[in-house]
Order: sequence, then C-alpha cells, then structure tokens
Amino acid sequence: MKINRRQALGLSAGAAVFAAAGFRAAPAVADAAATEVAIKEFTGGIIPAEAGKLTLKTPEIAENGNTVPVSVSVESAMSGDDMVESIAILAEGNPNPGVVVFSFTPMSGAAAATTRMRLAKTQNVIAIAKMADGTFYMDKKEVKVTIGGCGG
Amino acid sequence: MATPRPRVKVPKTAAAGEVITIKTLISHDMESGQRKDSEGNTIPRKIINKFTCDFNGQTVFSCDIDPAISANPYFEFNAKVAESGTFKFTWVDDDGSVYEAEEKIEVK
Repeated sequence: MKINRRQALGLSAGAAVFAAAGFRAAPAVADAAATEVAIKEFTGGIIPAEAGKLTLKTPEIAENGNTVPVSVSVESAMSGDDMVESIAILAEGNPNPGVVVFSFTPMSGAAAATTRMRLAKTQNVIAIAKMADGTFYMDKKEVKVTIGGCGG
Repeated sequence: MATPRPRVKVPKTAAAGEVITIKTLISHDMESGQRKDSEGNTIPRKIINKFTCDFNGQTVFSCDIDPAISANPYFEFNAKVAESGTFKFTWVDDDGSVYEAEEKIEVK
C-alpha cells in the first residue's frame, strides 16, 4: 500500500490524539462510586431526588476545561425553613469529585452563585442544595470538554 | 508568583433591603497538586481554600474551595443590604496567607 502525504498526515494526527488521550488518563480519576461517596458525605447518607428547585447552569460544550463557567441557583425565600444552607458542586470525572461548597446566610438574599471550574474531561457535573429543613435537591448536567484542564 | 491581587465589584449605592450582586476575582495560580514539572516531580498543591464575605461583621456568603476551581478564582453572589456599611472579603491561602479587600456601600 502506498501512503500519500494526506494519509500520512492523517495517521500521525491520529497517533498524536491517541497519545494525548493516554497521557490524560494517567492521573487517578474519580469515578461514579467516589462521587456517590462525596454526595453521601455532604448529605449525610441520602442520595437526593433529582427533580427540584435547584438549577445548575453549565455550557453544553466547554472548549477549554481550565475555565468552565458554572452557575447554581435555588428558588428560595432565604428565611425560616425555606432557606438554602449550602450548595455543593461535584465533578464525576475529575481526580477528586469536590469542586466547591457555597454556604449561604439569611443575609445572602438569594441562593445563587457563579464561579469557574476545571474539568479534566467530558463528564457529569452535579449540584446539591442543602435546605434548612433538612431536605436536599440535586441537578446534573453533562459537559463536553474539548481540552481537559487538570495538568498532565 | 506575584502577590495575589483581589478585585471586587460592589454597587456604590442600594435601596434598603435590596438584593445586590457582588463579583469578586483574585489573581492566583490555584496550583492543583496534579501537575508535574519537566522532571516529573509533582508540583505541590497551593490553592485558595476558603473565601468569605462579611457585611458589618456578619457573614453573608462563604465557600470552601477544592483544586477544581480555576486559576484566578471568580465568585459572583448576592447580598441583601439593610443599612450602609462595609463589605469585607477574605481569601485564605493553603500556606496560611490571608488576602483581604473592603468595599463600602451606601443605602439610601
């Protein structure tokens, strides 16, 4: 078989992608089980129901895994029992599932926060809200990551 | 690395009881502890692990941060203001350093 220039380029590009993928898989990656443990740590053993008042906003496709914008918000009066104590964000496919835990007070006025996170690869991002009355809400979004953001 | 420089955006004035939006950013590498240098040694973790916002001495918002937060950590959140006063922002580094910023608001 004769390989022309175009095929040769294609082959080497493919090899490079393969090498990069292998390289990126090298660090230990949190799996679904580790994430479940992290969820239970936050909720005290409960896996929260997915439907609820919590909204997790992430881009569908993140070109750069180093800075992925993420927003969480909960409809809440922020007083009495209808009050959000904290919101945790977890990433299933990162070396460690924990991303951040936001803690709110009645002076927060609204249970909403925005930040930027790192994602190592395409994965599910999970947000869990802890309410003052002891209930939990969860939301889950898949983010497709073009270039991972966890070193390597 | 240069000393982390905090930047904070708080409205100058607000109506009593209004819920305002606050934006904060601090320049920091947020070294995750996952990366390796050219000799293959792991670069030790050095991140900001806690951020707090107080208003007149009372906590408004705080967060515990893991290495999965991007370099130059950015936070946007809300605060309900009832009176004029000062917002105090505190970032705590892994090495124990504390970076602070303050911003005044006038309630009309």
